[in-house]
Amino acid sequence: MSYQYSVGTRTYQFADLKCVLAKATPARSGDHLAGVAAETYAERMAARMCLAAIPLKQFLEDLIIPYETDEVTRLIVDTHDKQAFSEISHLTVGDFRDWLLSDIADSATLKRVAPGITPEMAAAVSKLMRNQDLILVAKKCHVITAFRNTIGLPGNLSSRLQPNHPTDDTRGIAASMLDGLLYGSGDAVIGINPATDSIPALMELYYLVDDVINQYGIPTQSCILTHVTNQIQLIEKGAPVDLVFQSIAGTEKANKSFGIDIAMLKEAQSAALSLNRGTVGNNVMYFETGQGSVLSANANFGVDQQTCEARAYAIARHLSPLLTNTVVGFIGPEYLYDGKQIIRAGLEDHFCGKLLGVPLGCDVCYTNHAEADQDDMDTLMTLLATAGLTFIMGIPGSDDIMLNYQTTSFHDTLYLRKVLGLKPAPEFEQWLRKMQIMDEYGVVRAVTGQHHMLQNMPKHLLVAK
Amino acid sequence: MSDTDKPALQQDPWSQLRGFTRARIALGRVGSSLPTKEVLGFGLSHAMARDAVHLPLDVDALEQSIQSLNYQTLRVQSRATDRASYLLRPDLGRRLHADSLAQLQVLPKQPVDFLIVVGDGLSSLAVSRHVAPLLDAMRAYLPVEWNLGTIVIASQARVAIADEVAEVLGAKMVVMLIGERPGLSSPDSLGVYLTFNPHVGCSDADRNCISNVRPEGLVYDAAAKKLLWLAKEALRLQVSGVVLKDESDAVQIEVEEAPLLK
Repeated sequence: MSYQYSVGTRTYQFADLKCVLAKATPARSGDHLAGVAAETYAERMAARMCLAAIPLKQFLEDLIIPYETDEVTRLIVDTHDKQAFSEISHLTVGDFRDWLLSDIADSATLKRVAPGITPEMAAAVSKLMRNQDLILVAKKCHVITAFRNTIGLPGNLSSRLQPNHPTDDTRGIAASMLDGLLYGSGDAVIGINPATDSIPALMELYYLVDDVINQYGIPTQSCILTHVTNQIQLIEKGAPVDLVFQSIAGTEKANKSFGIDIAMLKEAQSAALSLNRGTVGNNVMYFETGQGSVLSANANFGVDQQTCEARAYAIARHLSPLLTNTVVGFIGPEYLYDGKQIIRAGLEDHFCGKLLGVPLGCDVCYTNHAEADQDDMDTLMTLLATAGLTFIMGIPGSDDIMLNYQTTSFHDTLYLRKVLGLKPAPEFEQWLRKMQIMDEYGVVRAVTGQHHMLQNMPKHLLVAK
Repeated sequence: MSDTDKPALQQDPWSQLRGFTRARIALGRVGSSLPTKEVLGFGLSHAMARDAVHLPLDVDALEQSIQSLNYQTLRVQSRATDRASYLLRPDLGRRLHADSLAQLQVLPKQPVDFLIVVGDGLSSLAVSRHVAPLLDAMRAYLPVEWNLGTIVIASQARVAIADEVAEVLGAKMVVMLIGERPGLSSPDSLGVYLTFNPHVGCSDADRNCISNVRPEGLVYDAAAKKLLWLAKEALRLQVSGVVLKDESDAVQIEVEEAPLLK
């Protein structure tokens, strides 16, 4: 199949399918950096018009990264559900957009069809969609998971409590945890990005979070975001591991640069499942992704960064995670230059993830070398929560003092729940009421110094006194 | 006006926990939103961090402070010619400028065990404040038989430029000391990256990283101790990166507890 489109007397030629995808992508610095972006506005529209006419079936024939050399491609092809695909197999990419927006594609239909959609199909159709389209369709996709609580129910917005500390000081971490819990955050996970790779220090962090969860009887789960091989080792040494974390990307070569492959992730999943620590479900994985990571590892093979990102969701989907988090503005301005590009990327990632059946949350964030600020974050978090986002981050005052970037705060979660009428995970909501942190209308209550949790501080804080 | 005159403001009765962390805890709230004071304070911190990204490194002063520790220095430049191209083109910051490459290629060849490269990265403030004290702290742990060669100072540098410098100079191992992206509360964090058998094309999985080196984060002596533990292990195992696990804390515990067992 040749890829071209004529506008008046001018015919735009595209070398191959990945070239059409790249040039159809809304402008972003990472695709310019990779040398794959459209060179003119008109070329970008020609690529979109060309893309709209391509049959979805073509994506099963014309593989943008070869089957023989890439295990992510093999996973996508080998696990493709032809039965699920049959409902949409007659559509072009343009028709697919129309179908997704139509009332035929209700929540049950989208769930049924999801295993028949490949990441490339999802990425392709997203490139033809406006921001409101990405929001509307994502909102119809319900992805529900569970471990010690139920994540992703319609009308819920969860929050990852991220109590990071630059030297992993246990008192500092415990203080941020208490702050977040008293603000109603932490139902998605209490997840620490450790500063260290040291196994004994990591072991201490596992016990710290586990103690707090047990002491207050919190229906939530913990995670320490260190390399998956460390977590396997820690499980072997008896650490109380709830969720296993790993950063993943959309090509085998990029994953290799992270020091992982799919087999290693499966091994980690089995190890975590063997501990049998979930109470209401067994989704034991937590993944993080982000546009640009593949190019950053010099492993993109001419594929645009958004399509690479969608391919990472194929790996996530295969391992039934509790949570998957697109860390959208962390990577820096060379991949997503400003607020506009970050906002677009966040909406695309959430749409693609949900369409494929992945429980997508978003680290709505930016770094100090990007052209973005708190106003951009307010816009993105409000749009994503409107689209049915699974979870956001919760950091004291938006300032991550360990990772040196700005993400969403405990206050932000309360804002979104208030303006959009959203609730925490049901088990966690019950706990918040029982602890008198939140009233029956979802409003945070005034906490006095006599509050149970302040009178009975985590032992890591008490030790310091 | 005291806070009791502000009925809209709900204070958090756990402000004493601020003694344990620099995180922005116990901020209080108005309804469920941030109080004005906190919004403005955050805005000022962001403004200062934005300014730090664009502050150029004072290489003359850095050379002087390193030379005063009796190390030789030389300067190189990446292919990124200014801050704008540095920010948008990380590929340029990872490679040596042709002139710098030529300059290194004509140096007399000598075996280097442990090459130190210093890069401005995203915070020149981190480099000018913390590189000399860290080098000073490292001396207590450096094996005397290791040849360090010359310390290389790279401008508009990303981490991977150290691979190319090390490859040209024939170093067995390289450590990159580089300014990390400025945080809101920490515009001056230094990052430390160790790579065994460095060459152009090494990936992040081939490195061990120590981050947040500064007096308010990981202090110089602890960072130096950790780095040299990793470097000795890397040399023993002939590898660095994800397969080299940092168990320096365990070693420390064993040493400290050993006398009690007797």
